[in-house]
Amino acid sequence: MRTIVRSITEPLLAGVLSIGMLSLMLTLSGYPVTESLGALWRGAFGSWTILASGTLVRATPLLFAGLAVALAFRAGLLNIGAEGQLLMGASAATAVAITLPASLGIAGVLLALVAGVVAGGAWAAVAGVLRQRFGVLEVISTIMLNVVALNVTGLLVRGPLQEATRTFPQSAMIDAALRLPKLVPGTRLHAGVALAVVTALSLAWFLRATAPGFRLRMTGANPRAAASAGKIDVARVSLLTFIASGALAGLGGAVEVTGVTYALYENLSPGYGYTAIAVALLARLNPAAAIGSALVFGALEAGASAMQRDAQVPAGMVGVVEACVILMLVASEWVGARVRQGRSLNRGGTPRAPSGDTAILFASTDGPHPDGAHP
Amino acid sequence: MTTGAPRLALHAIKRQYGPVIALHDATFSAWPGEVHALLGENGAGKSTLMKIAFGLEQPDAGTIRIDAAPVLLRSPRDAMLRGIGMVQQHFALVDAMTVAENVALGASGRLDLSRVTEQVRAISAASGLAVDPTSIIRDLPVGAQQRVEIIKALARQTRTLILDEPTAVLAPHEAAGLLAWTRRFADGGGTVVLIAHKLREVLNVADRVTVLRRGRTVLSAAAADVTETILADAMLGSGQRDVNGDHAVSRTRQAGSARMEDRVISTSNAAVRDHIGVERLHAATMAVHAGEIVGIAGVEGAGQHQLLRLLAGRLAPSSGSIHLPEAVGFVPEDRHRDAVVLDATLTENVALRLASTCRGVMPWNALRTQTQRLMTERDVRASSAVVPIRTLSGGNQQKLVLGRELAASPKALIVENPTRGLDIRATRDVHNALRAARDAGTAVVVYSSDLDEVLSLADRMLVVTDGIVREVARNRDSVGRAMLAATA
Repeated sequence: MRTIVRSITEPLLAGVLSIGMLSLMLTLSGYPVTESLGALWRGAFGSWTILASGTLVRATPLLFAGLAVALAFRAGLLNIGAEGQLLMGASAATAVAITLPASLGIAGVLLALVAGVVAGGAWAAVAGVLRQRFGVLEVISTIMLNVVALNVTGLLVRGPLQEATRTFPQSAMIDAALRLPKLVPGTRLHAGVALAVVTALSLAWFLRATAPGFRLRMTGANPRAAASAGKIDVARVSLLTFIASGALAGLGGAVEVTGVTYALYENLSPGYGYTAIAVALLARLNPAAAIGSALVFGALEAGASAMQRDAQVPAGMVGVVEACVILMLVASEWVGARVRQGRSLNRGGTPRAPSGDTAILFASTDGPHPDGAHP
Repeated sequence: MTTGAPRLALHAIKRQYGPVIALHDATFSAWPGEVHALLGENGAGKSTLMKIAFGLEQPDAGTIRIDAAPVLLRSPRDAMLRGIGMVQQHFALVDAMTVAENVALGASGRLDLSRVTEQVRAISAASGLAVDPTSIIRDLPVGAQQRVEIIKALARQTRTLILDEPTAVLAPHEAAGLLAWTRRFADGGGTVVLIAHKLREVLNVADRVTVLRRGRTVLSAAAADVTETILADAMLGSGQRDVNGDHAVSRTRQAGSARMEDRVISTSNAAVRDHIGVERLHAATMAVHAGEIVGIAGVEGAGQHQLLRLLAGRLAPSSGSIHLPEAVGFVPEDRHRDAVVLDATLTENVALRLASTCRGVMPWNALRTQTQRLMTERDVRASSAVVPIRTLSGGNQQKLVLGRELAASPKALIVENPTRGLDIRATRDVHNALRAARDAGTAVVVYSSDLDEVLSLADRMLVVTDGIVREVARNRDSVGRAMLAATA
């Protein structure tokens, strides 16, 4: 119950905080506050069409990538590579969709989505195996793989996947029969939006109710106890989670090309995979709550474009605000942990690291321990 | 040798931690040119006393003199400035840095790495402690890391070097090399304080011996004037001959008449290697039977850590074989690290036992009911079964862990320091639970660094020394002597 309340109040609070800070920054930079915020609001929630075509469509890749980040973080894996995994998913889905005959229809769309899932998972598996076999920190490897993925996408749209005229750095358009169906005719609201929400709810259920979800959470919270007391194969759980996390981001990329852009571009993602970290943290790594936080960021980004267009306020200003909100949330968690630690020290308890879902951000990375092995 | 002023003199040192008095009245003097062994059982106060000499701890009373001058050591820095160095059991080295960089750490002024590298080479050549200044610490074996620690101390003009159980982490030939080095260092006018457990080792190298028992200095003599027996008597105390017969609980079987079919765990020449390949447990052949508590004793690092994990099925033998029942309960000593997930609820922590075998949907309702029942049975005080286990006191956490491990009625239960950090009441509850499990037919293995605790619980005793397991008579004297590898 507390989680549900928090999952609604916190995105709201974050939204209010963002608006407050944005007003301050607009004032300081000499932009008309009311007019700019009005443009932002109209761009995000101006009408049902705008809400559906702008905010919801913008929130969808954020939600998929946010779920990818949340899942990995819950298992104690700092997957910063959702951006690259999303791009690889988009590339694979495009390759499949422009190759398949249009006659396949919805089955072809599903095949394209599956291709995205596989490609995203495989891209994440690279970092997962590097971590497992060679102890490469996943924070570093996933960030680097993002750069590689971006360049691979660039290579594809100038080479094997380039459109027939060979003029533009983009792929051919996906045939209308192989696109995700629209939920509401006349808007950009596509079936992928619903798929994202269903995925989020399923993931929440998976973590809470199922045995593999339980193993994943315990591995993330204390890998040594998970191995010793729970006899959990921590290495296996970590690798599988890494792959699942990449698959979610890859699905997000596949949905984006089959539902929104209908073609692969180099700059397909305006940093969805990075904003996804904010989405996941704001949701306190709870997949269901990520729906709300993806909406907040989707609205901010949709509104930012409108604000730039109508009030000539640089959209980047919204990015600054987003980042500040994340910093404040992380800081509040840290301060809370320090306060609790102080209290427990006063009671004669043992000092401890910050707890809670975002504790991962403060925890030192534990290497494999000599005794960690079990038969 | 004991003429003139001692290099380091600690007089009537007292140190108290809350209600626990670690040092009552400890006195210790070491002269230039001597290797001085400081002996005592676990918890006798050896490490505390030397931490005071190194400025890591402040005494509540007593005086410290260096070369006859009274000093106040507020920090290790003060101690190092006065020529005192200490190598602790857990090395203070930065893994990712080179030897020279580690030696340079803590110095002040401009860093001239090539000069430090030369300095390390010079010290290494002069002292015979072979170390390459450009090696990365992480790549070095434990023995070499220890040499780096010593070189660090020597680089700061240390004249009094305190080594806290230096041979515990070393292979035998490395230990011999280190001890030979301490002799040479002392012959060159230095002073070595050797905190140690192993009597024979000590008598071979030391000039003088000081023994602490329960925070008091009980013996200080030239090594030539004492024997292993005298030292063991001093460490264990006389009048501590036997604690047999204090728990006349109905036991169906005496150790000698063990029947084969009662065997729950048996090992045959089982050996265990640690992560760097050193064999910590040698060819152990032993059995644990239904309905008995087997006590394990051993000084720190003797191999009991590996033995317990072998018996609990958490470590596989590197050679030899072990026969284990299907379910073995295990209560490891570091509860927060190995036994519980602090941010998870009580129910989830109880469910952890099934984590690797569960399929599909977790039966959370049944698990919550089971946890509530466990809480009642084991007298675990918590507001509900779904609060994080972090909110519980250590005693309540431990009772829940014990309950969890016993919940499936395992044929065997392995517990390690089960009452560390618990209050008297919780300790009693844990002891009662262990005895109840034994009476119900479980094969129980208990290790505690508190020898009196093991003796009060055990039906028979095994002692681990240097990785060798052997059975000894269940009395304090024999066990204490066996632990010190002295003739009983």
